[in-house]
Amino acid sequence: MTTSTAFVPSTGGGPVSTTPVDAVSLEARAAALCTRSIKTTSKRAALHTTIRCIDLTTLEGTDTAGKVASLCQKAIRPSPGDPTIPSVAAVCVYPEMVEHAVAAVAGTGVAVASVAGAFPAGMSAPAVRVADIADAVGRGADEIDIVLNRSAFMAGDLGRAHDEIVAAKEACGSAHLKVILETGELGSYDQVRRASMLAMAAGADFIKTSTGKIPRAATHPMVLNMAEAIRDYADQTGVVVGLKGAGGIRTAKQAWHHLVIVGETLGSEWLNPELFRLGASSLLNDVLMQIQKLDTGRYSGPDYVTVD
Amino acid sequence: MAEHMPVDKTFKLFIGGAFPRSESGRTFQVHSADGDLLANAAKASRKDLREAVKAARSAQPGWAGRTAYNRGQVLYRVAEVMESRRSEFTSVLRATGMAARAARTEVDRSIDRWVWYAGWADKLHHVLGTVNPVVGPYFNFTFPEPTGVVVVAAPDDPPLLGLLSRIAPVIVSGNTAVVATGGPSTLAAVTLAEVLATSDVPGGVVNVLTGEKGELLPWALGHMDVNSVDLTGAPDGLENEAVAAAADNVKRIVRSDPAGASPYMIGDFLEMKTVWHPIGR
Repeated sequence: MTTSTAFVPSTGGGPVSTTPVDAVSLEARAAALCTRSIKTTSKRAALHTTIRCIDLTTLEGTDTAGKVASLCQKAIRPSPGDPTIPSVAAVCVYPEMVEHAVAAVAGTGVAVASVAGAFPAGMSAPAVRVADIADAVGRGADEIDIVLNRSAFMAGDLGRAHDEIVAAKEACGSAHLKVILETGELGSYDQVRRASMLAMAAGADFIKTSTGKIPRAATHPMVLNMAEAIRDYADQTGVVVGLKGAGGIRTAKQAWHHLVIVGETLGSEWLNPELFRLGASSLLNDVLMQIQKLDTGRYSGPDYVTVD
Repeated sequence: MAEHMPVDKTFKLFIGGAFPRSESGRTFQVHSADGDLLANAAKASRKDLREAVKAARSAQPGWAGRTAYNRGQVLYRVAEVMESRRSEFTSVLRATGMAARAARTEVDRSIDRWVWYAGWADKLHHVLGTVNPVVGPYFNFTFPEPTGVVVVAAPDDPPLLGLLSRIAPVIVSGNTAVVATGGPSTLAAVTLAEVLATSDVPGGVVNVLTGEKGELLPWALGHMDVNSVDLTGAPDGLENEAVAAAADNVKRIVRSDPAGASPYMIGDFLEMKTVWHPIGR
Protein backbone atom coordinates (compact mmCIF):
# COMPACT_ATOMS: atom_id res chain seq x y z
CA MET A 1 0.00 0.00 0.00
CA THR A 2 1.37 3.34 -0.96
CA THR A 3 0.86 6.24 1.35
CA SER A 4 -0.78 9.34 -0.02
CA THR A 5 1.49 12.22 -0.86
CA ALA A 6 0.64 15.84 -0.13
CA PHE A 7 1.80 18.60 -2.47
CA VAL A 8 1.73 22.29 -1.73
CA PRO A 9 0.46 24.23 -4.74
CA SER A 10 3.02 26.71 -6.01
CA THR A 11 0.15 29.13 -6.55
CA GLY A 12 -0.47 29.23 -2.80
CA GLY A 13 -2.91 27.56 -0.41
CA GLY A 14 -2.63 24.51 1.79
CA PRO A 15 -1.30 21.11 0.77
CA VAL A 16 -3.45 18.94 -1.50
CA SER A 17 -3.84 15.26 -0.77
CA THR A 18 -3.67 12.46 -3.31
CA THR A 19 -6.37 9.81 -3.23
CA PRO A 20 -5.17 6.22 -3.64
CA VAL A 21 -6.55 4.53 -6.76
CA ASP A 22 -8.58 1.33 -6.78
CA ALA A 23 -7.37 -0.12 -10.09
CA VAL A 24 -10.19 -2.66 -10.46
CA SER A 25 -12.95 -0.10 -9.91
CA LEU A 26 -11.20 2.42 -12.13
CA GLU A 27 -11.00 0.00 -15.04
CA ALA A 28 -14.54 -1.21 -14.47
CA ARG A 29 -15.88 2.36 -14.47
CA ALA A 30 -13.91 3.24 -17.61
CA ALA A 31 -15.21 0.09 -19.32
CA ALA A 32 -18.78 0.93 -18.30
CA LEU A 33 -18.47 4.47 -19.66
CA CYS A 34 -17.09 3.07 -22.92
CA THR A 35 -20.30 1.13 -23.53
CA ARG A 36 -22.19 4.42 -23.94
CA SER A 37 -23.94 4.42 -27.28
CA ILE A 38 -24.01 7.71 -29.16
CA LYS A 39 -26.23 8.05 -32.21
CA THR A 40 -27.38 10.48 -34.92
CA THR A 41 -27.45 14.13 -33.79
CA SER A 42 -25.50 13.44 -30.59
CA LYS A 43 -22.95 11.58 -32.64
CA ARG A 44 -22.53 14.50 -35.01
CA ALA A 45 -22.14 16.87 -32.04
CA ALA A 46 -19.57 14.52 -30.48
CA LEU A 47 -17.64 14.32 -33.75
CA HIS A 48 -17.58 18.11 -34.10
CA THR A 49 -16.50 18.50 -30.46
CA THR A 50 -13.78 15.96 -31.07
CA ILE A 51 -12.45 17.97 -34.00
CA ARG A 52 -12.58 21.22 -32.03
CA CYS A 53 -10.50 19.58 -29.28
CA ILE A 54 -7.82 18.02 -31.50
CA ASP A 55 -4.19 19.05 -31.30
CA LEU A 56 -3.24 17.95 -34.80
CA THR A 57 0.23 16.61 -34.35
CA THR A 58 3.32 15.86 -36.34
CA LEU A 59 6.40 14.96 -34.35
CA GLU A 60 8.70 13.20 -36.76
CA GLY A 61 12.37 13.60 -37.43
CA THR A 62 11.43 13.97 -41.09
CA ASP A 63 9.11 16.98 -40.62
CA THR A 64 9.68 19.82 -43.07
CA ALA A 65 8.28 23.31 -43.53
CA GLY A 66 6.14 21.97 -46.37
CA LYS A 67 4.72 19.14 -44.33
CA VAL A 68 3.90 21.50 -41.47
CA ALA A 69 2.25 23.93 -43.88
CA SER A 70 -0.03 21.23 -45.27
CA LEU A 71 -0.80 20.00 -41.74
CA CYS A 72 -1.80 23.58 -40.85
CA GLN A 73 -4.12 23.81 -43.86
CA LYS A 74 -5.79 20.65 -42.70
CA ALA A 75 -6.02 22.02 -39.16
CA ILE A 76 -7.75 25.18 -40.37
CA ARG A 77 -10.11 23.46 -42.81
CA PRO A 78 -10.17 19.72 -42.07
CA SER A 79 -12.59 18.98 -44.88
CA PRO A 80 -12.12 21.35 -47.84
CA GLY A 81 -15.50 20.44 -49.32
CA ASP A 82 -17.48 21.01 -46.15
CA PRO A 83 -17.33 24.46 -44.49
CA THR A 84 -19.50 23.28 -41.57
CA ILE A 85 -16.59 21.25 -40.21
CA PRO A 86 -14.81 23.32 -37.51
CA SER A 87 -11.09 23.94 -37.25
CA VAL A 88 -9.03 21.93 -34.78
CA ALA A 89 -7.77 23.53 -31.55
CA ALA A 90 -4.09 23.61 -32.36
CA VAL A 91 -1.26 22.13 -34.33
CA CYS A 92 1.50 20.48 -32.32
CA VAL A 93 5.03 20.48 -33.70
CA TYR A 94 8.70 20.47 -32.75
CA PRO A 95 10.28 23.86 -31.83
CA GLU A 96 12.20 23.94 -35.10
CA MET A 97 8.88 23.93 -36.98
CA VAL A 98 7.06 26.54 -34.85
CA GLU A 99 7.73 29.55 -37.10
CA HIS A 100 6.38 27.72 -40.16
CA ALA A 101 3.25 26.77 -38.22
CA VAL A 102 2.77 30.27 -36.81
CA ALA A 103 2.95 31.75 -40.30
CA ALA A 104 0.50 29.19 -41.69
CA VAL A 105 -2.22 29.56 -39.03
CA ALA A 106 -1.95 33.31 -38.44
CA GLY A 107 -5.37 34.90 -38.00
CA THR A 108 -7.33 31.63 -38.12
CA GLY A 109 -7.86 30.96 -34.42
CA VAL A 110 -5.84 27.75 -34.58
CA ALA A 111 -3.14 27.80 -31.89
CA VAL A 112 0.42 26.55 -32.23
CA ALA A 113 1.64 24.12 -29.62
CA SER A 114 5.28 23.11 -29.45
CA VAL A 115 6.83 20.24 -27.60
CA ALA A 116 9.92 21.46 -25.76
CA GLY A 117 12.25 20.68 -22.90
CA ALA A 118 14.18 17.90 -24.63
CA PHE A 119 11.03 16.07 -25.71
CA PRO A 120 10.36 13.11 -25.59
CA ALA A 121 12.76 11.82 -22.89
CA GLY A 122 13.56 15.11 -21.19
CA MET A 123 17.02 13.79 -20.40
CA SER A 124 19.01 17.00 -20.82
CA ALA A 125 20.43 19.45 -18.31
CA PRO A 126 17.73 21.61 -16.65
CA ALA A 127 19.19 24.80 -18.12
CA VAL A 128 19.11 23.30 -21.61
CA ARG A 129 15.48 22.28 -21.19
CA VAL A 130 14.46 25.72 -19.96
CA ALA A 131 16.33 27.31 -22.86
CA ASP A 132 14.50 24.96 -25.26
CA ILE A 133 11.16 26.11 -23.83
CA ALA A 134 12.13 29.80 -24.02
CA ASP A 135 13.24 29.25 -27.60
CA ALA A 136 9.90 27.70 -28.61
CA VAL A 137 8.01 30.56 -26.92
CA GLY A 138 10.27 33.05 -28.67
CA ARG A 139 9.41 31.47 -32.01
CA GLY A 140 5.76 32.19 -31.32
CA ALA A 141 4.31 29.04 -29.73
CA ASP A 142 1.05 29.64 -27.84
CA GLU A 143 1.27 26.39 -25.91
CA ILE A 144 4.21 24.38 -24.66
CA ASP A 145 4.12 20.61 -24.10
CA ILE A 146 6.92 19.43 -21.79
CA VAL A 147 7.63 16.08 -20.22
CA LEU A 148 7.70 15.34 -16.52
CA ASN A 149 11.18 14.47 -15.28
CA ARG A 150 10.37 10.76 -14.90
CA SER A 151 13.94 10.02 -13.87
CA ALA A 152 13.63 12.26 -10.82
CA PHE A 153 10.01 11.24 -10.19
CA MET A 154 10.72 7.51 -10.25
CA ALA A 155 13.81 7.95 -8.07
CA GLY A 156 11.61 9.60 -5.48
CA ASP A 157 13.05 13.07 -5.96
CA LEU A 158 9.63 14.68 -6.20
CA GLY A 159 10.99 18.06 -5.19
CA ARG A 160 13.21 18.19 -8.24
CA ALA A 161 10.49 17.02 -10.61
CA HIS A 162 8.22 19.70 -9.14
CA ASP A 163 10.75 22.53 -9.23
CA GLU A 164 11.58 21.84 -12.86
CA ILE A 165 7.93 22.26 -13.81
CA VAL A 166 7.86 25.54 -11.87
CA ALA A 167 10.91 26.68 -13.83
CA ALA A 168 9.28 25.57 -17.10
CA LYS A 169 6.14 27.51 -16.22
CA GLU A 170 8.25 30.61 -15.69
CA ALA A 171 9.99 30.13 -19.01
CA CYS A 172 6.59 29.84 -20.73
CA GLY A 173 5.55 33.36 -19.81
CA SER A 174 2.03 33.76 -21.17
CA ALA A 175 2.14 30.51 -23.14
CA HIS A 176 0.04 27.66 -21.76
CA LEU A 177 2.00 24.82 -20.18
CA LYS A 178 1.00 21.19 -20.72
CA VAL A 179 2.89 18.62 -18.68
CA ILE A 180 3.22 15.15 -20.19
CA LEU A 181 3.34 12.44 -17.51
CA GLU A 182 4.19 9.61 -19.94
CA THR A 183 1.79 7.31 -18.13
CA GLY A 184 3.12 4.19 -19.83
CA GLU A 185 6.42 4.62 -18.00
CA LEU A 186 5.08 5.38 -14.53
CA GLY A 187 4.08 1.83 -13.72
CA SER A 188 0.78 2.19 -11.84
CA TYR A 189 -2.41 4.22 -11.61
CA ASP A 190 -1.27 5.43 -8.16
CA GLN A 191 1.96 6.78 -9.58
CA VAL A 192 0.04 8.55 -12.34
CA ARG A 193 -2.36 10.04 -9.80
CA ARG A 194 0.58 11.28 -7.75
CA ALA A 195 2.37 12.67 -10.82
CA SER A 196 -0.86 14.43 -11.85
CA MET A 197 -1.13 16.16 -8.45
CA LEU A 198 2.54 17.07 -8.57
CA ALA A 199 2.26 18.62 -12.02
CA MET A 200 -0.89 20.55 -11.13
CA ALA A 201 0.61 21.79 -7.85
CA ALA A 202 3.66 22.96 -9.79
CA GLY A 203 1.47 25.10 -12.03
CA ALA A 204 0.61 23.05 -15.11
CA ASP A 205 -2.28 24.47 -17.15
CA PHE A 206 -2.91 21.04 -18.65
CA ILE A 207 -1.82 17.56 -17.72
CA LYS A 208 -1.26 15.23 -20.65
CA THR A 209 -1.07 11.45 -20.76
CA SER A 210 1.74 10.65 -23.13
CA THR A 211 4.29 11.67 -25.70
CA GLY A 212 2.89 9.25 -28.25
CA LYS A 213 6.35 7.74 -28.58
CA ILE A 214 5.74 4.64 -26.48
CA PRO A 215 2.91 2.11 -26.45
CA ARG A 216 0.25 1.98 -23.68
CA ALA A 217 -0.58 5.65 -23.92
CA ALA A 218 -3.98 7.33 -23.63
CA THR A 219 -6.04 4.35 -22.50
CA HIS A 220 -9.55 5.03 -21.24
CA PRO A 221 -8.84 4.06 -17.61
CA MET A 222 -5.76 6.26 -17.62
CA VAL A 223 -7.70 9.27 -18.86
CA LEU A 224 -10.37 8.57 -16.23
CA ASN A 225 -7.64 8.37 -13.58
CA MET A 226 -6.23 11.75 -14.57
CA ALA A 227 -9.70 13.29 -14.86
CA GLU A 228 -10.37 12.20 -11.27
CA ALA A 229 -7.06 13.77 -10.22
CA ILE A 230 -8.14 17.04 -11.86
CA ARG A 231 -11.50 16.85 -10.09
CA ASP A 232 -9.77 16.21 -6.74
CA TYR A 233 -7.42 19.12 -7.33
CA ALA A 234 -10.24 21.48 -8.27
CA ASP A 235 -12.21 20.38 -5.21
CA GLN A 236 -9.30 21.13 -2.91
CA THR A 237 -7.91 24.30 -4.47
CA GLY A 238 -10.58 25.72 -6.75
CA VAL A 239 -7.99 25.71 -9.56
CA VAL A 240 -9.21 24.35 -12.88
CA VAL A 241 -6.67 22.38 -14.90
CA GLY A 242 -7.14 20.98 -18.42
CA LEU A 243 -6.64 17.41 -19.65
CA LYS A 244 -4.99 16.22 -22.83
CA GLY A 245 -5.08 12.64 -24.01
CA ALA A 246 -2.43 11.75 -26.56
CA GLY A 247 -0.99 8.62 -28.05
CA GLY A 248 -2.90 5.74 -29.60
CA ILE A 249 -6.19 7.62 -30.15
CA ARG A 250 -6.91 6.65 -33.73
CA THR A 251 -10.64 6.13 -34.07
CA ALA A 252 -13.64 8.38 -33.62
CA LYS A 253 -15.17 5.86 -31.27
CA GLN A 254 -12.14 5.93 -28.95
CA ALA A 255 -12.34 9.72 -29.01
CA TRP A 256 -16.00 10.03 -28.12
CA HIS A 257 -15.53 7.55 -25.30
CA HIS A 258 -12.89 9.92 -23.97
CA LEU A 259 -15.49 12.69 -24.22
CA VAL A 260 -17.92 10.56 -22.23
CA ILE A 261 -15.31 9.87 -19.54
CA VAL A 262 -14.31 13.50 -19.19
CA GLY A 263 -17.89 14.76 -19.35
CA GLU A 264 -19.08 12.31 -16.70
CA THR A 265 -16.11 12.91 -14.40
CA LEU A 266 -15.50 16.63 -14.70
CA GLY A 267 -18.71 17.96 -16.22
CA SER A 268 -19.70 19.01 -19.71
CA GLU A 269 -18.00 22.41 -19.27
CA TRP A 270 -14.75 20.47 -19.74
CA LEU A 271 -15.77 19.40 -23.24
CA ASN A 272 -14.23 22.35 -25.03
CA PRO A 273 -10.73 23.10 -26.27
CA GLU A 274 -9.99 25.40 -23.31
CA LEU A 275 -9.96 22.41 -20.97
CA PHE A 276 -9.76 19.28 -23.07
CA ARG A 277 -7.52 18.24 -25.93
CA LEU A 278 -6.85 15.12 -27.92
CA GLY A 279 -3.36 14.90 -29.37
CA ALA A 280 -3.60 12.91 -32.57
CA SER A 281 -2.72 12.67 -36.24
CA SER A 282 -4.71 9.86 -37.88
CA LEU A 283 -7.78 10.42 -35.65
CA LEU A 284 -8.95 13.41 -37.67
CA ASN A 285 -9.38 11.38 -40.86
CA ASP A 286 -11.41 8.74 -39.06
CA VAL A 287 -13.68 11.43 -37.60
CA LEU A 288 -14.15 12.93 -41.07
CA MET A 289 -15.05 9.52 -42.48
CA GLN A 290 -17.65 9.06 -39.72
CA ILE A 291 -19.15 12.45 -40.58
CA GLN A 292 -19.29 11.45 -44.24
CA LYS A 293 -21.12 8.30 -43.18
CA LEU A 294 -23.67 10.44 -41.30
CA ASP A 295 -24.05 12.75 -44.30
CA THR A 296 -24.40 10.13 -47.03
CA GLY A 297 -25.66 7.05 -45.18
CA ARG A 298 -22.82 5.06 -46.71
CA TYR A 299 -19.53 3.85 -45.33
CA SER A 300 -16.64 6.00 -46.48
CA GLY A 301 -13.04 5.06 -47.12
CA PRO A 302 -9.57 6.54 -46.83
CA ASP A 303 -9.68 7.56 -50.51
CA TYR A 304 -12.18 10.30 -49.59
CA VAL A 305 -10.17 12.22 -47.00
CA THR A 306 -6.90 14.04 -47.49
CA VAL A 307 -3.66 12.10 -47.29
CA ASP A 308 -1.46 13.15 -44.39
CA MET B 1 -17.11 -43.92 -17.63
CA ALA B 2 -19.66 -41.20 -18.21
CA GLU B 3 -21.40 -41.16 -21.55
CA HIS B 4 -19.92 -38.66 -23.97
CA MET B 5 -22.03 -35.56 -24.40
CA PRO B 6 -21.88 -34.31 -27.98
CA VAL B 7 -20.30 -30.87 -28.36
CA ASP B 8 -22.13 -28.98 -31.07
CA LYS B 9 -20.30 -26.42 -33.08
CA THR B 10 -21.09 -22.73 -32.69
CA PHE B 11 -21.34 -21.29 -36.18
CA LYS B 12 -19.74 -17.88 -36.17
CA LEU B 13 -18.48 -15.27 -38.61
CA PHE B 14 -14.92 -15.20 -39.93
CA ILE B 15 -13.38 -11.71 -39.90
CA GLY B 16 -9.68 -10.88 -40.05
CA GLY B 17 -8.69 -14.46 -39.20
CA ALA B 18 -10.87 -14.58 -36.07
CA PHE B 19 -14.28 -16.13 -35.44
CA PRO B 20 -16.46 -13.47 -33.81
CA ARG B 21 -20.20 -13.63 -33.23
CA SER B 22 -22.21 -10.92 -34.92
CA GLU B 23 -21.82 -7.59 -33.12
CA SER B 24 -25.62 -7.42 -33.29
CA GLY B 25 -25.95 -10.62 -31.28
CA ARG B 26 -28.36 -11.95 -33.90
CA THR B 27 -28.56 -15.54 -35.08
CA PHE B 28 -30.65 -17.39 -37.64
CA GLN B 29 -31.64 -21.01 -37.94
CA VAL B 30 -30.18 -23.28 -40.58
CA HIS B 31 -32.40 -26.23 -41.41
CA SER B 32 -31.73 -29.42 -43.28
CA ALA B 33 -33.74 -30.38 -46.36
CA ASP B 34 -35.94 -32.46 -44.03
CA GLY B 35 -36.62 -29.45 -41.84
CA ASP B 36 -34.37 -30.50 -38.95
CA LEU B 37 -32.58 -27.72 -37.13
CA LEU B 38 -28.89 -27.98 -38.03
CA ALA B 39 -27.46 -24.88 -36.43
CA ASN B 40 -28.04 -21.43 -35.08
CA ALA B 41 -25.63 -19.45 -37.26
CA ALA B 42 -24.51 -15.89 -36.64
CA LYS B 43 -26.53 -13.35 -38.63
CA ALA B 44 -24.12 -10.66 -39.78
CA SER B 45 -25.11 -7.00 -39.59
CA ARG B 46 -23.95 -4.00 -41.62
CA LYS B 47 -21.40 -3.28 -38.89
CA ASP B 48 -19.95 -6.76 -39.27
CA LEU B 49 -19.67 -6.01 -42.97
CA ARG B 50 -17.89 -2.76 -42.15
CA GLU B 51 -15.39 -4.61 -39.92
CA ALA B 52 -14.90 -7.30 -42.57
CA VAL B 53 -14.16 -4.67 -45.22
CA LYS B 54 -11.69 -3.04 -42.85
CA ALA B 55 -9.96 -6.39 -42.31
CA ALA B 56 -9.92 -7.10 -46.04
CA ARG B 57 -8.51 -3.65 -46.79
CA SER B 58 -5.66 -3.98 -44.33
CA ALA B 59 -4.80 -7.48 -45.57
CA GLN B 60 -4.89 -6.53 -49.24
CA PRO B 61 -1.48 -4.88 -49.87
CA GLY B 62 0.37 -7.69 -48.10
CA TRP B 63 -1.51 -10.38 -50.01
CA ALA B 64 -1.02 -8.66 -53.37
CA GLY B 65 2.61 -8.04 -52.43
CA ARG B 66 3.43 -11.71 -52.21
CA THR B 67 4.91 -13.36 -55.23
CA ALA B 68 2.39 -14.97 -57.56
CA TYR B 69 4.16 -18.26 -56.96
CA ASN B 70 3.68 -17.93 -53.20
CA ARG B 71 -0.03 -17.13 -53.57
CA GLY B 72 -0.38 -20.29 -55.64
CA GLN B 73 1.35 -22.30 -52.93
CA VAL B 74 -0.88 -20.85 -50.23
CA LEU B 75 -4.01 -21.72 -52.22
CA TYR B 76 -2.70 -25.21 -52.88
CA ARG B 77 -2.25 -25.64 -49.14
CA VAL B 78 -5.95 -24.82 -48.70
CA ALA B 79 -6.76 -27.71 -51.03
CA GLU B 80 -4.60 -30.00 -48.89
CA VAL B 81 -6.53 -29.07 -45.77
CA MET B 82 -9.87 -29.41 -47.59
CA GLU B 83 -8.82 -32.89 -48.65
CA SER B 84 -8.32 -33.82 -44.99
CA ARG B 85 -11.77 -32.46 -44.13
CA ARG B 86 -13.48 -34.26 -46.99
CA SER B 87 -15.92 -36.15 -44.74
CA GLU B 88 -16.99 -32.96 -42.99
CA PHE B 89 -17.69 -31.20 -46.27
CA THR B 90 -19.59 -34.25 -47.50
CA SER B 91 -21.82 -34.35 -44.44
CA VAL B 92 -22.47 -30.62 -44.68
CA LEU B 93 -23.67 -31.13 -48.25
CA ARG B 94 -25.68 -34.20 -47.30
CA ALA B 95 -27.48 -32.09 -44.74
CA THR B 96 -28.71 -29.79 -47.50
CA GLY B 97 -30.51 -32.74 -49.01
CA MET B 98 -27.89 -33.91 -51.48
CA ALA B 99 -27.55 -37.63 -52.13
CA ALA B 100 -24.38 -39.30 -50.82
CA ARG B 101 -22.82 -39.83 -54.21
CA ALA B 102 -23.70 -36.34 -55.42
CA ALA B 103 -22.22 -34.83 -52.25
CA ARG B 104 -18.97 -36.74 -52.67
CA THR B 105 -18.78 -35.69 -56.31
CA GLU B 106 -19.32 -32.05 -55.44
CA VAL B 107 -16.57 -32.14 -52.81
CA ASP B 108 -14.20 -33.71 -55.35
CA ARG B 109 -15.05 -31.15 -57.98
CA SER B 110 -14.72 -28.31 -55.49
CA ILE B 111 -11.22 -29.31 -54.44
CA ASP B 112 -10.23 -29.85 -58.09
CA ARG B 113 -11.61 -26.41 -58.93
CA TRP B 114 -9.59 -24.78 -56.16
CA VAL B 115 -6.38 -26.50 -57.26
CA TRP B 116 -7.08 -25.45 -60.84
CA TYR B 117 -7.31 -21.81 -59.78
CA ALA B 118 -4.24 -22.14 -57.54
CA GLY B 119 -2.31 -23.08 -60.66
CA TRP B 120 -3.38 -19.84 -62.33
CA ALA B 121 -1.65 -17.67 -59.72
CA ASP B 122 1.65 -17.45 -61.60
CA LYS B 123 0.21 -17.82 -65.10
CA LEU B 124 -2.60 -15.30 -65.30
CA HIS B 125 -0.24 -12.39 -65.94
CA HIS B 126 1.08 -14.04 -69.07
CA VAL B 127 -2.30 -15.02 -70.41
CA LEU B 128 -4.23 -11.87 -69.50
CA GLY B 129 -1.39 -9.39 -69.87
CA THR B 130 0.17 -8.56 -73.18
CA VAL B 131 2.89 -6.79 -75.10
CA ASN B 132 1.25 -4.29 -77.42
CA PRO B 133 2.49 -3.61 -80.95
CA VAL B 134 2.89 0.17 -81.11
CA VAL B 135 4.45 2.49 -83.65
CA GLY B 136 7.22 4.59 -82.14
CA PRO B 137 10.23 4.11 -79.94
CA TYR B 138 8.34 2.49 -77.08
CA PHE B 139 8.09 -0.87 -75.47
CA ASN B 140 4.41 -1.03 -74.61
CA PHE B 141 2.95 -3.59 -72.28
CA THR B 142 -0.23 -4.21 -70.35
CA PHE B 143 -0.30 -6.14 -67.13
CA PRO B 144 -3.06 -7.05 -64.70
CA GLU B 145 -3.29 -5.81 -61.12
CA PRO B 146 -5.83 -6.83 -58.48
CA THR B 147 -8.69 -4.39 -58.08
CA GLY B 148 -8.62 -4.45 -54.24
CA VAL B 149 -11.43 -5.44 -51.88
CA VAL B 150 -14.18 -7.55 -53.43
CA VAL B 151 -17.51 -8.38 -51.80
CA VAL B 152 -18.76 -11.74 -53.07
CA ALA B 153 -22.41 -12.80 -52.86
CA ALA B 154 -21.94 -16.56 -52.68
CA PRO B 155 -24.30 -18.64 -54.85
CA ASP B 156 -26.82 -20.89 -53.10
CA ASP B 157 -26.48 -23.55 -55.76
CA PRO B 158 -24.21 -25.45 -56.01
CA PRO B 159 -23.49 -24.70 -52.35
CA LEU B 160 -19.83 -25.69 -52.06
CA LEU B 161 -18.64 -25.68 -55.66
CA GLY B 162 -20.33 -22.32 -56.23
CA LEU B 163 -18.72 -20.84 -53.13
CA LEU B 164 -15.21 -21.97 -54.09
CA SER B 165 -15.68 -21.11 -57.76
CA ARG B 166 -16.47 -17.51 -56.84
CA ILE B 167 -13.85 -17.00 -54.11
CA ALA B 168 -10.85 -18.53 -55.89
CA PRO B 169 -10.78 -16.22 -58.95
CA VAL B 170 -11.06 -13.21 -56.64
CA ILE B 171 -8.16 -13.95 -54.31
CA VAL B 172 -5.78 -15.74 -56.68
CA SER B 173 -4.64 -12.45 -58.23
CA GLY B 174 -4.14 -10.62 -54.90
CA ASN B 175 -7.60 -9.26 -54.16
CA THR B 176 -9.09 -9.81 -50.72
CA ALA B 177 -12.67 -10.98 -50.31
CA VAL B 178 -15.65 -10.45 -48.05
CA VAL B 179 -18.02 -13.32 -48.73
CA ALA B 180 -21.70 -12.83 -47.96
CA THR B 181 -23.50 -16.11 -47.68
CA GLY B 182 -26.75 -17.51 -46.37
CA GLY B 183 -29.24 -20.26 -47.02
CA PRO B 184 -27.94 -23.64 -48.23
CA SER B 185 -24.30 -22.56 -48.50
CA THR B 186 -24.09 -21.29 -44.90
CA LEU B 187 -22.63 -24.42 -43.34
CA ALA B 188 -20.27 -25.02 -46.25
CA ALA B 189 -19.04 -21.45 -45.89
CA VAL B 190 -18.38 -21.75 -42.17
CA THR B 191 -16.57 -25.05 -42.73
CA LEU B 192 -14.51 -23.41 -45.46
CA ALA B 193 -13.68 -20.58 -43.03
CA GLU B 194 -12.26 -23.15 -40.62
CA VAL B 195 -10.15 -24.58 -43.41
CA LEU B 196 -8.84 -21.12 -44.32
CA ALA B 197 -8.08 -20.36 -40.67
CA THR B 198 -5.99 -23.50 -40.34
CA SER B 199 -4.12 -23.20 -43.63
CA ASP B 200 -1.59 -20.53 -44.61
CA VAL B 201 -4.01 -17.87 -45.85
CA PRO B 202 -3.27 -14.63 -43.97
CA GLY B 203 -6.10 -13.32 -41.77
CA GLY B 204 -8.37 -10.90 -43.61
CA VAL B 205 -7.73 -12.27 -47.12
CA VAL B 206 -11.07 -14.09 -47.01
CA ASN B 207 -13.77 -12.98 -44.57
CA VAL B 208 -17.02 -14.88 -44.30
CA LEU B 209 -20.34 -13.33 -43.26
CA THR B 210 -23.39 -15.54 -42.81
CA GLY B 211 -26.90 -14.14 -42.75
CA GLU B 212 -29.19 -12.35 -45.19
CA LYS B 213 -27.32 -11.50 -48.38
CA GLY B 214 -30.12 -9.13 -49.36
CA GLU B 215 -29.58 -7.15 -46.17
CA LEU B 216 -25.79 -6.89 -46.50
CA LEU B 217 -25.41 -6.23 -50.22
CA PRO B 218 -26.86 -2.69 -50.35
CA TRP B 219 -24.30 -1.68 -47.71
CA ALA B 220 -21.53 -3.33 -49.71
CA LEU B 221 -22.66 -1.63 -52.92
CA GLY B 222 -22.67 1.79 -51.27
CA HIS B 223 -19.42 1.28 -49.36
CA MET B 224 -16.82 3.70 -50.70
CA ASP B 225 -13.88 1.46 -49.72
CA VAL B 226 -15.09 -1.60 -51.67
CA ASN B 227 -13.69 -1.92 -55.18
CA SER B 228 -15.89 -4.60 -56.66
CA VAL B 229 -19.04 -6.57 -55.88
CA ASP B 230 -19.74 -9.99 -57.32
CA LEU B 231 -23.53 -10.31 -57.56
CA THR B 232 -23.47 -13.85 -59.00
CA GLY B 233 -25.16 -15.25 -55.90
CA ALA B 234 -27.24 -12.16 -55.12
CA PRO B 235 -30.92 -12.72 -54.43
CA ASP B 236 -33.48 -11.44 -56.94
CA GLY B 237 -35.02 -8.09 -56.28
CA LEU B 238 -31.94 -6.14 -55.33
CA GLU B 239 -33.15 -2.61 -56.01
CA ASN B 240 -31.74 -0.67 -58.89
CA GLU B 241 -30.78 2.21 -56.57
CA ALA B 242 -28.62 -0.14 -54.54
CA VAL B 243 -26.76 -1.28 -57.62
CA ALA B 244 -26.58 2.30 -58.96
CA ALA B 245 -24.90 3.35 -55.69
CA ALA B 246 -21.92 1.28 -56.79
CA ALA B 247 -21.25 3.81 -59.54
CA ASP B 248 -20.17 6.48 -57.05
CA ASN B 249 -16.72 5.01 -56.60
CA VAL B 250 -16.74 3.16 -59.92
CA LYS B 251 -17.04 -0.31 -58.46
CA ARG B 252 -16.86 -3.25 -60.77
CA ILE B 253 -20.14 -5.12 -60.69
CA VAL B 254 -19.74 -8.71 -61.77
CA ARG B 255 -22.43 -11.24 -62.61
CA SER B 256 -21.13 -14.59 -63.70
CA ASP B 257 -21.73 -18.33 -63.90
CA PRO B 258 -22.03 -19.69 -60.34
CA ALA B 259 -20.14 -22.89 -61.11
CA GLY B 260 -18.03 -21.91 -64.10
CA ALA B 261 -14.27 -21.86 -64.34
CA SER B 262 -12.28 -19.62 -66.62
CA PRO B 263 -9.19 -17.42 -66.51
CA TYR B 264 -11.49 -14.62 -67.68
CA MET B 265 -13.34 -14.99 -64.39
CA ILE B 266 -10.05 -14.01 -62.76
CA GLY B 267 -9.92 -11.13 -65.24
CA ASP B 268 -13.27 -9.85 -63.96
CA PHE B 269 -11.49 -8.69 -60.80
CA LEU B 270 -8.37 -7.21 -62.38
CA GLU B 271 -7.36 -3.73 -63.47
CA MET B 272 -5.18 -3.53 -66.55
CA LYS B 273 -2.24 -1.20 -66.38
CA THR B 274 -0.55 -0.15 -69.60
CA VAL B 275 2.96 1.23 -69.56
CA TRP B 276 4.81 3.06 -72.36
CA HIS B 277 8.49 2.49 -71.81
CA PRO B 278 10.80 4.55 -73.99
CA ILE B 279 13.45 2.68 -75.93
CA GLY B 280 16.20 4.31 -77.96
CA ARG B 281 16.15 4.27 -81.74
